[in-house]
Amino acid sequence: METTKIKYLLHLADNGLILAQRLGEWCGHGPVLEQDIALTNIALDVLGQARYFYQYVAELDGNGQTEDHFAYFRDEREFKNLLLVEQPNGDWAYTLMRQFFYDNYMQLVYSSLLTCKDTQIAAIAAKALKEVNYHLKFSSEWVIRLGDGTEESHKRIQQAANDLWEFTGEFFKPASYETELFNEGLTPDSQKLKSAWETRLGEVFAEATLEIPANTWFQSGGKTGVHSEYLGLILTDLQSIQRAYPGSIW
Amino acid sequence: MSNSKSWPLWEVFIRSKHGLSHKHVGSLHASDADMAIENARDVYTRRQEGISIWVVESKSITASDPKLNDAMFEPAEDKVYRHPTFYELPDELKHM
Repeated sequence: METTKIKYLLHLADNGLILAQRLGEWCGHGPVLEQDIALTNIALDVLGQARYFYQYVAELDGNGQTEDHFAYFRDEREFKNLLLVEQPNGDWAYTLMRQFFYDNYMQLVYSSLLTCKDTQIAAIAAKALKEVNYHLKFSSEWVIRLGDGTEESHKRIQQAANDLWEFTGEFFKPASYETELFNEGLTPDSQKLKSAWETRLGEVFAEATLEIPANTWFQSGGKTGVHSEYLGLILTDLQSIQRAYPGSIW
Repeated sequence: MSNSKSWPLWEVFIRSKHGLSHKHVGSLHASDADMAIENARDVYTRRQEGISIWVVESKSITASDPKLNDAMFEPAEDKVYRHPTFYELPDELKHM
């Protein structure tokens, strides 16, 4: 049975798995070799974070499943990742803006989870935070570099911000399992996260000479399994081998 | 890879955990020094190769001219007495 804690852990794990899959699509296609490697490094970091959460879920679930079961044998509606991470890579600006929105958020989430009463979650957060601190530095610098770069780069990164903005509201709209866990003192206060997220976003956008999008209508649903058309296609790729040859190993 | 044409080349030096000095490990392209450090981190320290990185723009390095190797390095060849092994050490001198 999916307890509230398992649901939350799956939410965190699915975020990492799906984002890693998206970032992995850049492998061999980066604008320069160095940035290609940088992005796949980030992909491996977030995949590693996902694995820790899936492993913990497998342990709590107690049905003898491994982490692979949760990554490969759940269907689209069971995935609880944010809509943001399943959005297509677009151009370099899109990918880096998506990354900045996500890093800015996850850096705050992991920071608050450091003091989580569940020591296993706190330990995973401590490890992940070191990685995310670097990711945030990397993606912030790219947002600034492109925003404060040429006319073309500014146009593209502003467009990416405008288009992806509607997927950021979901961060701060807690799913019922988050609210429950928050009441038990396990998860962060989404309103505190929101103001910290906006403050840092304001600083980076100011340096990047970017305008913060004004629209206040936001997409939601990812956290409870209602996804955009993209997730199914990602899972088709991601799960095909295990679905065709269950239990196969390299 | 067309963008790399406009990004300068940097030389990367890494000091390993137990190393005493930074060693040249290779080069990479980056638009500025900060990006060069990050690229070096991603390209050259993925397998725990080091705990300190130096980068320097390749154009800042002045190299000796290989064509002058005869004049530069050959004169040292017949001066073996410059090696400390040439000297006989007195018995009282230990740990050398």
